[in-house]
Amino acid sequence: MLIKRSKTTDLKEHQVTDEKLYLERRQYLKKMGFLGVGSLLSGTTVANVFDLFGDDSKTDVFKQRDLNYQIAKASTEILTPEIKVTTHNNFYEFGAQKNQPAELSQGFKVDPWQLKISGEVEKPFTLDYDDLFSSFKIEERIYRLRCVEAWSMVIPWVGFSLADLVKKAKITSKAKYLAFETLYDPKQMIGQRNRRLGGGISYPYIEGLRIDEALNPLALMSVGLYGKTLPPQNGAPIRLVVPWKYGFKSIKSVVGIKFLEKEPPTTWNILAPHEYGFYANVNPKVDHPRWSQRSERRITTGGIFAQNRINTLPFNGYGEEVAGLYRGMNLRKYY
Amino acid sequence: MNLSISKNRIPFFKSILHVVLLYPLVNLYVGAFYDRLGADPVEQVIHFTGMGALNCLLISLLVSPLAKLFKLSSLLHFRRMIGLYAFAYALCHILNFLFFEVQFDLILFVEEIFKRPYITIGMTAFSILTALAFTSTSKIRRKMKKHWQKLHNFTYLIALLAVIHFYWSVKSDVTEPLIYFALYGVLMTLRYDSLRRWSQRFRSR
Repeated sequence: MLIKRSKTTDLKEHQVTDEKLYLERRQYLKKMGFLGVGSLLSGTTVANVFDLFGDDSKTDVFKQRDLNYQIAKASTEILTPEIKVTTHNNFYEFGAQKNQPAELSQGFKVDPWQLKISGEVEKPFTLDYDDLFSSFKIEERIYRLRCVEAWSMVIPWVGFSLADLVKKAKITSKAKYLAFETLYDPKQMIGQRNRRLGGGISYPYIEGLRIDEALNPLALMSVGLYGKTLPPQNGAPIRLVVPWKYGFKSIKSVVGIKFLEKEPPTTWNILAPHEYGFYANVNPKVDHPRWSQRSERRITTGGIFAQNRINTLPFNGYGEEVAGLYRGMNLRKYY
Repeated sequence: MNLSISKNRIPFFKSILHVVLLYPLVNLYVGAFYDRLGADPVEQVIHFTGMGALNCLLISLLVSPLAKLFKLSSLLHFRRMIGLYAFAYALCHILNFLFFEVQFDLILFVEEIFKRPYITIGMTAFSILTALAFTSTSKIRRKMKKHWQKLHNFTYLIALLAVIHFYWSVKSDVTEPLIYFALYGVLMTLRYDSLRRWSQRFRSR
């Protein structure tokens, strides 16, 4: 049964930032950038030289539509405000700095779109843009998102179970893994054209899951957040969300899902195999060479004194649902 | 053209420099307090103060080549101040990490310093910089005599460690740190002669 979005997931007044304040914030950052450059003290993440000449008012804002979906039970955790979910993104195809994807992706075309399901399946098929929203049961799920950089958010996603898609594909007995691929379109994705903006990783971005991981009920193909279709910076029109793994596993703007017999290569693992494993399960006991994974900063609301550092839980707190998948595995070796 | 700055104008230029170097810092914390620095103010304040420290360090290394080039020895009056601002920014950088990133988890703070090579090397640079900051007064300089210059030549090492710290802290694309390596290389080349003399004296001992 589909129910129009209701009050339970609506944000309370204090949790949202109004648009005017947000636009003022952009001006503020720009001004800081100017002063920074003027005094040769520019911090490039605050505002880089390229931002200074951009004009916000001219940028077309990507149009999100409202979705129909089954609402989630109210979360006991405070949601990360929508404005932060949509302006703090690791999506190197649109720039390697957190603020860049929201600024450099607004002209992204998602309709038409084709998601091709292929490989070890009885009947390969393609989902067109409209199919993404109509082929499976669409529901809301509030998940924690834990980035390998030791920050986290709580996000109300809208989407369907990856398991439903796998069932539709009727996989063969050889299908042991899934390989996901992001759109490769350097014309639209500036990070794929420009090595510096793209953070020096190889494109197209590829990710993978083991078949039993993909069949786990938590694995979600997301088509929206906060009740609307995804904005480009969050992976429009469709992305993976695997909440017990570090964020880089949750590949964005997916155009291909291929079923394979062997474990596929994955982007960050190719770039730095000692830093990023294939499994990438959230694990407070296994440190990343750059960041301790014992605790994390939860991004919610408020200024710098309202920041929260909390302990990181095994499997990002989803151990009950997924720990069984890895029974008997050495999680230090298979990080 | 006479480019010299008369002695009585120095305080005036110093106060301008104070404003230029202090304003971004004040502005940063005001923005951070009112949540105006994007979704993650912690990352912003850490990065901004780190870059500020590195930039001040490199600017301080630019002073004497500029003074030589323009025969403007009065520029040297501003070098200590810029160096001290490098120290102030670096101190803020570390305190940001302690206060806002690890949030007073002292065990984690110490662990991170020893476990992460990029933090170890950054902390090493900061320790040496602290020694320079505390020996920067004219009174101590006179007391230390020739040892003072020896100690303060470590500023070249500090700047190198700071650039490596930046390079190692970057996740993937290293264009920006490489630019800083190049700038450091240029600044060192500008004082090639005195560095060579220095190292020869060091070896002949």
